[in-house]
Amino acid sequence: MPIRETFWNIPHWAEITQYVLALLTAIVFLYGILRHVLRWRKGKPEKRFDRLGGRLWSFIVQVFGQRRTLDEAYPGIMHFTIFWGMLVLAIGTALATVDWDVTHLFFGFQFLTGWVYIIFELTLDILGLLVIVGLGMAIYRRYASRPARLQNFPAKALARDDAYVLIMLTLITISGYLTEGLRLAVTQPEWAVWSPIGNVIAAAFLSIGDPTNQALHLVIWAFHILTAFGVLAFLPFTKLFHIFSVPLNIFFRSMKPAGALPAANMEGGMGVKEWKQFTWKQLLDFDSCTRCGRCQDVCPAYASAQILSPRNMMIKLDAHLWDKNGHSLHGEVIAADELWACTTCRACVQVCPAFIDHISTFVDMRRHLVDQGRMDKMLQDALANVGRYGNSFGQSDRMRAKWTQGIQPPVPDARREPVEYLWFVGDYASYNATLTEITRMTAAVFQKAGLNFGILYDGERNSGNDVRRVGEEGLFEMLAEKNSQVLSKVQFQTIVTTDPHTYNTLKNEYKWDGNRPNILHYAELLDQLICAGRLKFSKKLGYKVTYHDPCYLGRYNDVYDAPRRVIEATGCQVIEMPRCRERAFCCGAGGGRIWMEEKDIKERPSESRIREAVNLEGVNTFVVACPKDATMYRDAVKTTGNESRLAVKDLIELVHAAL
Amino acid sequence: MKIAVPVKFVPDLVEELTIDPSGAALDTSWLRLIINEFDDHAVEQAILLKERGGGQVTVMMTESDGADDFLFTAAAKGADQLVKLTGDFSSINNHALAHVYADLLKELQPDLVLTGVQAHNDIDGAVGPLLAELLGLPYVGYVAGLTVQGDKAVVRKEYSGGLVAEIEVKLPAVLGIQAAEQPPRYVAYSKIRQVMGTAKIEERPVAGLDLSGGTAVSRLFQPEAAERATMLEGGADEVADRLVAIFKEIGTL
Amino acid sequence: MSQDIFVVIEHLRGEVAEISYVMLAGARQLSQSSGGNVTAILLGHNAQGLTGNLAADKALYVDHAALAEFTSDAYITALAGPIREHAPRAVIFGHSSIGMDIASGLSAKLGLPIVASCRSFTAEGKFVSQICGGKIMAEGDLPGPTALVTMVPGGYKAEQGQSAQPPAVTTVPAPTLEGLRVALKQYIEPDTSDVDITKEAMLVSVGRGIQNKDNIGLANELAEALGCAVSASRPVVDQGWMPTTRLIGKSGKRVKPKIYLALGISGAPEHVEGMADSNVIIAINTDQNAPIFTVAKYGATIDMFDLLPVLTEKVKQAK
Ligand SMILES: Cc1cc2nc3c(=O)[nH]c(=O)nc-3n(C[C@H](O)[C@H](O)[C@H](O)COP(=O)(O)OP(=O)(O)OC[C@H]3O[C@@H](n4cnc5c(N)ncnc54)[C@H](O)[C@@H]3O)c2cc1C
Repeated sequence: MPIRETFWNIPHWAEITQYVLALLTAIVFLYGILRHVLRWRKGKPEKRFDRLGGRLWSFIVQVFGQRRTLDEAYPGIMHFTIFWGMLVLAIGTALATVDWDVTHLFFGFQFLTGWVYIIFELTLDILGLLVIVGLGMAIYRRYASRPARLQNFPAKALARDDAYVLIMLTLITISGYLTEGLRLAVTQPEWAVWSPIGNVIAAAFLSIGDPTNQALHLVIWAFHILTAFGVLAFLPFTKLFHIFSVPLNIFFRSMKPAGALPAANMEGGMGVKEWKQFTWKQLLDFDSCTRCGRCQDVCPAYASAQILSPRNMMIKLDAHLWDKNGHSLHGEVIAADELWACTTCRACVQVCPAFIDHISTFVDMRRHLVDQGRMDKMLQDALANVGRYGNSFGQSDRMRAKWTQGIQPPVPDARREPVEYLWFVGDYASYNATLTEITRMTAAVFQKAGLNFGILYDGERNSGNDVRRVGEEGLFEMLAEKNSQVLSKVQFQTIVTTDPHTYNTLKNEYKWDGNRPNILHYAELLDQLICAGRLKFSKKLGYKVTYHDPCYLGRYNDVYDAPRRVIEATGCQVIEMPRCRERAFCCGAGGGRIWMEEKDIKERPSESRIREAVNLEGVNTFVVACPKDATMYRDAVKTTGNESRLAVKDLIELVHAAL
Repeated sequence: MKIAVPVKFVPDLVEELTIDPSGAALDTSWLRLIINEFDDHAVEQAILLKERGGGQVTVMMTESDGADDFLFTAAAKGADQLVKLTGDFSSINNHALAHVYADLLKELQPDLVLTGVQAHNDIDGAVGPLLAELLGLPYVGYVAGLTVQGDKAVVRKEYSGGLVAEIEVKLPAVLGIQAAEQPPRYVAYSKIRQVMGTAKIEERPVAGLDLSGGTAVSRLFQPEAAERATMLEGGADEVADRLVAIFKEIGTL
Repeated sequence: MSQDIFVVIEHLRGEVAEISYVMLAGARQLSQSSGGNVTAILLGHNAQGLTGNLAADKALYVDHAALAEFTSDAYITALAGPIREHAPRAVIFGHSSIGMDIASGLSAKLGLPIVASCRSFTAEGKFVSQICGGKIMAEGDLPGPTALVTMVPGGYKAEQGQSAQPPAVTTVPAPTLEGLRVALKQYIEPDTSDVDITKEAMLVSVGRGIQNKDNIGLANELAEALGCAVSASRPVVDQGWMPTTRLIGKSGKRVKPKIYLALGISGAPEHVEGMADSNVIIAINTDQNAPIFTVAKYGATIDMFDLLPVLTEKVKQAK
């Protein structure tokens, strides 16, 4: 009957030694794990046990299914094979141990016998091969194709850690095969064919013959055991620790809407001054980074000036947790410029296979800088203006509705009469002189559709979305309070806004006393109006256009299809840019960047985006659905000299033209 | 060292200024008040001095919309004592204000009084030099930076053309601040809120202002249209064409 | 009591400041409605020669070693006597680093009314002051008996206050100047290594509207195309975006180029006094109510970031 004599050819002393080693390994390993857990527990509390079902499901999909890792083919398959190969080999080893040291030892029976044993051997043999393939891909990628995102780590030791992992895993797998092959070469069981790879190796050793093979077997077995135990024992001290931290991090990921930023720490000043003020989950984030660099690849701040790399931020923060030299978090570990460079576009968070939330960490640290008044003058002025006048333009609140002058019939004041739709206009659409035309056009379209709508006139204030992301939590709260106060006195059913930033914070961050009204982006409203037949088009525009997904509409709120349907309804054809939908490239204005000085920019994100669009065959119109985008991209077509090739149009301009 | 900073609010020029029916005053129903920017620099300079050499900073102002917010903001920056004068200040002028402040300062006995060098609505002189004379103290204005050395201050006084005079003043003295050594700092709202819970504003009632020193204005008006420029209309293209033509005509091109 | 108008002559390091001539011109106009003489008061040490081209009927000269350089303390003490004694109709000071240090102090010391920021006098002898950053003018009767006035430039040309005929000088004995609390230690010279913007035939001048340091490049490009220099308003210099040597205005340089192109400058009086004498001022500003349009010959309400690239291009083509 097919069965394996466990510890074949292994002298008793070696067997005993192995168990002693196993014990030592367990001690070192557990100590290592404990070290991490204790470190996380130094963080501030945060509740992450809600929605257990959802957590479990995403755990299964993301850990066992490797869903997000597989978003990129090469590294996805590479990791998938190593992950599943190693997982099965580990389970196999565990089964063999149970088989021998539990059921056989205590109950006198073994289950790895007969056809079960054959399946067992076959599976392990094949999956081992998968691991080899995966490791080969990894080695090729890291040392031959060398993508930029795997280069230039902040510390040299990290590259050694990466090499160590690849070498050790390779050694373990190969020495495992050799041990098996040598055993098969000596014992030559009839079921050896079920270990195809071991069998091939056995054939190679046959010519050498015993007793050399037996001696070789013992030596290689010992090597295999030693490397395996070594890797296991020190696993918590190497990059391999991610096999624990990442699944945990995935399980404990935020289940809140992406657009709801966690509240600020207020103990000992606002924000995070030193690492212990991060929550345990943020510390787990840092510990989970495998420095795969996907975040860096999609980061607009990295692409435009290389000041900020989300990957390096995580690496540096993690190193800082263990640093005994007392470097200060702000200044020595993380420079203010890195923090300010973030546009909060969420591209990094969206691609991170470990589900790290970089942005909450950056904002927490920005909060500390704001608390200290450490920010550039332009930003100071913008915040002071928002605080004083309710808008970043530093204009009188009485000028907020100046754009309505001359509109007939006049735009109703929602504070005076009940309306169905309350239009929250937002700062840019209200004050930016170059956007007035678009704002007026929006009003015209609403009027054409027979919408019962009104605005708040000078009662409206900056919604605070970007103020919050800059880190000025107190000001955000004040703005939210004031807007909520005004809104509480207005009768309306639905809020509509053209500004995705406003949309996001109204929808996800305002409190509404548990009674949130319906909140729509105008793309959604237009889509509804078109579907309901309230907005009828008389023309088919017939343009070939491309559409830019605003970060706060797309990635933050998953509104991708409504604007596209609206564009198509006007008779235009949407040609997608390579970076679209979840992968859309930020214009560079978000997170308060629009209020800050640009420093040493190589290529503005908006310019890179325009170049991307210009490369699309036949596309002559770049459609935006965000007032800030309109200003950013109108600028960028000029600065890139593409004015004659590409027209930047707001969604409403298409709708208006097609009416 | 005790530093006192008497400040005042002025009409915010961001708002469109309108003249009331009497024609001799600004229409206050449309006015929004803001700290005189040079007073804001004076507060900053006081805080900087305190941070550098220690001391106690007292900020004082008359009651008005936003006064509490301003005082708490000053406290959040580092001011130690906040004084708000209460009473009817609707028709106050700088002479009367200087008298009110002088009374308070005689009590406080500061080593240094910092005020903004001017305010855009000063019509009867600036508060700083009036105050200095009432207190019998020396005054130096147009100050952009200073150091205190014992019972003297060495100040940087600005003249036109970029010329700077280093001047030694015996303390106590009143200085008119033109610019603090760094622009007024930003204070986070959370900090101001925190201070609101801990800092106290001392209220000082003021009765019977002496308004006799003021300067009467009989008419206010906006600069006349006749003095206005010829406006070049059109977009960037048209304006640029006109400008090039003007450059050529005048011969700089 | 007299109907004379006194003008406190400002001078620094052996040179009469331009504002003094503007004040004399104002005094001349005022004297016509008051019916008195114009008297220049000069304080200094061995400085009598400075009265040479003052358009005044008379000059009073006070000489003292402590008056060699301006200090508020000595000036107030030295001026109090003559003002009290002559009780003129008005005493005019500059609304400047010198005049503002002493005028208000004298007002409090002597119990005399004061009018600040006066830009001109009307034919009836009323004052017209410029307040609220140049957005509002305030008119009123000159208070009595003796009005102290601080004058801003803009209302009169300096030449109107100059004369080929020197005034008769009366030397007035100086009071005792002891126990002075204010003393000049030294002057710190402005940097002269940079271009001298006062010598440029044209200036491209940028204000706070330029937004940040990087954008200065846009102005540089235009200036390069035009072959002229870039100057700036105070906020731009305070931010460190341009060196102090390029500052125009009260605390900077006074310039008189053929063309002064003001980009994103609001036209605050402190700025205007540095460039008001330019031959042609052209203002580009998005705010149609900006006071700069009241001093400019040409203006356009347009975003300078829209204009600059186009203009630079057209200038290059025109060459
Ligand atoms: C004692 C004293 C001395 C001073 N000395 C000087 C001095 O020597 N020189 C000096 O300049 N100031 C001086 N000042 C400061 C002066 O009072 C003003 O604060 C300053 O001149 C304002 O500068 P600004 O016009 O650049 O800025 P702001 O007044 O802020 O004006 C900016 C302008 O730019 C416009 N703008 C904004 N964006 C755009 C755009 N995209 N396109 C076109 N226009 C735009 C705005 O409409 C606004 O009018 C002094 C002040 C004091 C009290």
